[in-house]
Parts: sequence; structure tokens; C-alpha cells
Amino acid sequence: MKQKIRELLAKHGGLAVAADQIADDADLYAAGMSSFASVQIMLAIEEAFDLEFPDSLLNRKSFQSVAAITRTVEGLVSGAEAAE
Amino acid sequence: MNVSTGTSLAERVARVAAVAEAHADEVDVKGRFPAEAVAAMRAERLLSIQIAPELGGEGAALAEIAEVCSRIGQACSSAAMVFAMHQIKASSLVSHGGDSPWHRAFMERISAEQLLLGSATTEGGIGGNLRNSICAIEVEGGRCRLEKDATVISYGANADAILITSRSRPDAASTDQVMTVFTSDQYTLERTHVWDTLGMRGTCSDGYLFRGEAPAEQILPKPFAEIAAQSMLATSHLLWSAVWYGIAVNAMARAQAFVRTAARKTPGQTPPGALRLAEASNLLQLLRSNVVAGLKEFGAAKTEPDRLSSMGFAVAMNNLKVGSSETILTIINHAMLICGIMGYKNGTPYSLGRHLRDAHSAQLMISNDRILGNTSNLLLVHKQDTSLLG
Repeated sequence: MKQKIRELLAKHGGLAVAADQIADDADLYAAGMSSFASVQIMLAIEEAFDLEFPDSLLNRKSFQSVAAITRTVEGLVSGAEAAE
Repeated sequence: MNVSTGTSLAERVARVAAVAEAHADEVDVKGRFPAEAVAAMRAERLLSIQIAPELGGEGAALAEIAEVCSRIGQACSSAAMVFAMHQIKASSLVSHGGDSPWHRAFMERISAEQLLLGSATTEGGIGGNLRNSICAIEVEGGRCRLEKDATVISYGANADAILITSRSRPDAASTDQVMTVFTSDQYTLERTHVWDTLGMRGTCSDGYLFRGEAPAEQILPKPFAEIAAQSMLATSHLLWSAVWYGIAVNAMARAQAFVRTAARKTPGQTPPGALRLAEASNLLQLLRSNVVAGLKEFGAAKTEPDRLSSMGFAVAMNNLKVGSSETILTIINHAMLICGIMGYKNGTPYSLGRHLRDAHSAQLMISNDRILGNTSNLLLVHKQDTSLLG
């Protein structure tokens, strides 16, 4: 999952550093991710993992780092599985 | 709220508004700084109302500050905008500087000396996006140095300190920004652009080449991205909207006085402008509800950083700004139609030229097109709240 997220970051993140080299907990906004790019990443993740972010998760913190995005997506995926 | 002068905030503000009103036309015509109004703000200790009581202020809530902006805005838009911009800078210190000894001491100084805070967030070459910087602050041996081609620093020549954005270090990405406080003895300003504009002429928002050097501890300890998201953007849209509401209220008051005078002269007949006045009243109520709802939303989100940085909140603040900046133009235009040539002429009790010119700045200070573009991007993932009461 983390690998896929890094791929999407590389494609849509507009980061100043290579997405496969950025540390898990590095601040993506500080690395150059704009507000526009963060929305593009959210859309790409929704498409790739077939999920929808609820509004409660649409904040800076949920998308601040690779680790945060992974946690956000994992939370949604396991939540969906539990509901099945 | 009783303070050193022993009178209420409303009474202190009324005195400031009276001074601002007396000089408003001259400030506009000459495009000069509203020095008398700002001196009155200092005398009434309004520059520190937002700062915590333990640091010499009054801990005023944003809604109270918005009321002050609106009151002064009814008298002189430029003076009100200077006050609003000062308070927006103060909000960055109050929200993000409370844990830093230097910034706490500086807030005490603002209270004691009634310092006026300026802002330098725009820069030549960034295309109006203040969340990007080209210039970078250099830190060496406990000192920081910054040079910035600031195309706009409102009342830069009259500020006692400037809060200025830059990249956090020379090799940082353009969005990796910090904000630093420089006091006026720590920088030089070389004027590069003159503020000769249609309206808001008294804000004296000249462009400058800024060169500053100060102890590095004056850099605010939080990333500017956080400051912008959690205090600056919201307080800007809210306090600007309060100023604009004030301009519209005064235009409406003039139009109503015009209609009432006409009605008294022709008893039994409704003056032709009365219907337009009803329309303007309707729009003014919408505008007011919009600002009040925004202030309420901010008050509720203030203690929850996640909510402040949420998309829903950003969309709400964007909508507030676009809505209020457009609505005031319609209201003032209605007032102009009502007052006719008496509104169009300068120097009558019904003159509206200054209001209309000042109000035209609202759509441009952070361009509405840019804000709508940002909202349209957010709406790709954010879902509107479908409840009525939220």
C-alpha cells in the first residue's frame, strides 16, 4: 500500500524531492506539496483503492506525510472490511 | 469590558470612529496614512485588545474585533483596513507565538507601546500566491537575515514592526515558509512602487525592497503553512468582511437618509428610491448573516486545530470572502441609484464615490478568481454539509 501511495505521490505530488526517497514521516507540505496537489493525490487514492474520504478526514493532518496517508487509507480499508 | 480608561469597548471605538470620519475624505483625496485615526486607536489602546490579559491586552474574541472593524469601516475604510490588517498579524502572534519567550515579550511590548504591526507576504514573481516564497531567510550564529522584494507592504512606512514571510532556508522548497517579526529598527525599506489607486488609498500599500537583520529567535516557531491555515486566512476573510460590511452599512445609511428626507417632503407619496432601499436592506441582511455565521464557525473551530485546517472550514471561509466582496458592490450601487446625482457628487451628505471605490478593492485583495479556483479544487473531494444548522 505504501508503495502504491508513493507512486501516486510521485505522479501528483509536485514534490521538490523524489517521492521514493522522502522519509515516511517527512512533512509533504514542507516538501512542496501544494493544496491543489494534495487534492489531486486524494482523488488518485480514492480511485486506486476504490474508497471515499469522509469529510472528517479531509484535513492537513491526514495527508501530512506518507505515514499519515497510509494510516488514513488503512483506517478506511479496514473499516470497510469490518462492515462487510 | 472595562480597561484602563474605565469605559466600554463600544465607547472607545465610537471615539476612534469619530476621529476617523473627520479625516476620511482628506485621507482618500491625498492618499495619505490615516494618522489621526491610528493615533486615536493607540490612545484608546485598541491595538492590543486581542493580546492576552497577562501580556497587557484584553483577550478580545475575533467577533469583538470584527465589530470594531465594522464600526471604524463605517467611518473610514482605510483606517478600518489598517486596523484589520494589524489584528490579522496580531492573531498570528497570539495563536502561534504563545510558547516562544521572545514572542511573548514582544506581545507585552505591543500592549505597552501600542505598536502597529505591518505585513509583508507578497513578493515580486510569486504571482499573487502568498503560500509561495522566492526569498529565503538565512540563519547564522543566532542571527537571521532577509532581503525581500515586497511588492506590497501596507502602511509599511508607518508600521512599528513587520511580520514577513520567506522560505525557511536557502535550499527549502518554495512552500516551506516561515514568518519572522522584524521591528522597525531592524530593517530598511527602499520604496519601489507607489500606491496610487482607485480606492483604499489611505492604506499606503507601497512596494519596498525590505532588508532586515535580527536575532533568529524572532522567527515564529511554527511553519507558515500552519499559521496561514489556522489563523491568518480565516481571520483575514472574517475581518476584511467586517470592514466591507461597515462600508456597505454606511452607504445604506446615506441612501436611507436620502429616501427619508424625500418622504418627509412629499407626505402620502412613497419616494421612488424606497423600493431599491428595500432591496439593499435585503442584501445587507444576507451579508451580515454571512459574516456572523463565519464568525460563529470560527469561534467553534478555534480550539480544534483539525477543524480549522479542514476542507469544510476552508470552503466556508472562501465562500464568505467571495460572497461579501461581491455583495457590497451591489449594495453600494443600489445606494448610488437611490441617491442619484447627490450620491455621485463628492462633498454632499449622500456622497458614495469613496465607498464605491474602496469597495472595489474587496474582489481583488486575494483575487476572487483565485479563491474560487481553490474552492473548485476542494470541492472535487469535499462534500457539502447538507444539514441546515450544521
